[in-house]
Amino acid sequence: MTFVRNQWYVAAYAAEVGRSLLARTILGEPLVLYRARSGQPVALADRCVHRHYPLSASQLDGDTIVCGYHGFSYGTDGRCVAVPGQQRIPRTARVSAYPVVEQDSFVWVWIGEPDRVDPGLIPRAPWLADKGYTTVHGMEPLAARYGLLVDNLLDLSHETYLHGGYIGTPEVADTPITTEVDEDHRVIHVKRRMDDAACPPFYSRSTGLSGRIVRWQDIEYHPPCLYLLHSRVAPAGVLPRPDGTDPDGFHVEVVYAITPSTETSTYDFWAVARDFALGDPEVSAFLRESNRTVVLQDVAALNTLERVIAAEPPGVQELSINIDTGGLAARRMLARMAAEDGGAVPGESGQPTAREGGRPAAGATTPATAAGAATPVAAGGAAIPVTAGGAATPVAAGGAAPAPVAAQAAAR
Amino acid sequence: MTAAETVRAAGTVYRIEWVPGTDRLLGTCHCGAVREADDPVLMWAWLLAHPAHY
Repeated sequence: MTFVRNQWYVAAYAAEVGRSLLARTILGEPLVLYRARSGQPVALADRCVHRHYPLSASQLDGDTIVCGYHGFSYGTDGRCVAVPGQQRIPRTARVSAYPVVEQDSFVWVWIGEPDRVDPGLIPRAPWLADKGYTTVHGMEPLAARYGLLVDNLLDLSHETYLHGGYIGTPEVADTPITTEVDEDHRVIHVKRRMDDAACPPFYSRSTGLSGRIVRWQDIEYHPPCLYLLHSRVAPAGVLPRPDGTDPDGFHVEVVYAITPSTETSTYDFWAVARDFALGDPEVSAFLRESNRTVVLQDVAALNTLERVIAAEPPGVQELSINIDTGGLAARRMLARMAAEDGGAVPGESGQPTAREGGRPAAGATTPATAAGAATPVAAGGAAIPVTAGGAATPVAAGGAAPAPVAAQAAAR
Repeated sequence: MTAAETVRAAGTVYRIEWVPGTDRLLGTCHCGAVREADDPVLMWAWLLAHPAHY
């Protein structure tokens, strides 16, 4: 499927980027990430201009990466500062440097056109760096195209069938949803309000609630990368107060960053931030293990689905029903964003397809082009000024397959 | 305030409500146009055809 290039993507957790070299492939571009002595994160193309040896397999000397093969050395701006055995450094000896912003515990990277960089476009997940919340997080690599994860997260009815015993109960699949597409801010909202539901173990063991509960699932998807699930649980009949305060509710902010690695692999960053049992190590351990298990159930299902789709002939139809209303909206918005990058208008009929915003669906009709500005949210981090666009073009991916990150609780 | 008025006030917002107790979907365009259907693909096509709702 087509990538949306002119957007920010999560490349790593901030805690992952340090004084060692980290390899990540984002939108097919192999990157090496590290933190300069000033504390600023750096993202460079992960291929030496000389013989394309991975810089991530090299050494860091101060702020300079010294290629582990022949010693070509690169500064934080990607410019080559030393070559072996000669004084003259070829003018074209530089690798691409990518703009990065550290915000909300993530390191975001811009892979798109350098003159369109705008840190104000980065959507926020403030709970992840808020002392009023305790967060567990992790990352699982997915051997599937990112659109399958978008489909998965926009339709939570699958919790009932795929995640029973963890977060799924019958009410999730049975409760109607409301979907809103905010074209001006490019956000997709999907709400599911369960007034009288069973309490799944994920919430009963972490909150101490037993019996029937009120359970709200309010999704806020900022395509292409950031997905937020505002989850509220409370005893049945207990609602927020008229003044908007909600002292009797338990709030969990479930955050996913969906970062395409290659056409058929994805980084599945996940975080669970709660406003109760703050700092409780047992609750953190339970939620970390439970959510990781749930994510791995999704990973197994989507990896299977990717293999099935990859083997299908082009044009195979799928069937969408009411539960897919949010997922269809996401596909359309992703397809349009990709088209705005300069690609073709998606599909002959305008319906997102497997290679663009999603798989084919019946009843395809041309989408409108009511484009609006991307969400203008304030950026808390500072972009590192870089001069991207050196002579060296990142070569095809292959050196940085997604690898899992050990889940860890923020100590508070 | 009706659902259509709420959507209009919110800017360029399209809304599809799954009507509780039914299999029907209620779509509301930001212009206030409203339609019921039972297929989300057709409903999005109708909404996104704005202003040419049929």
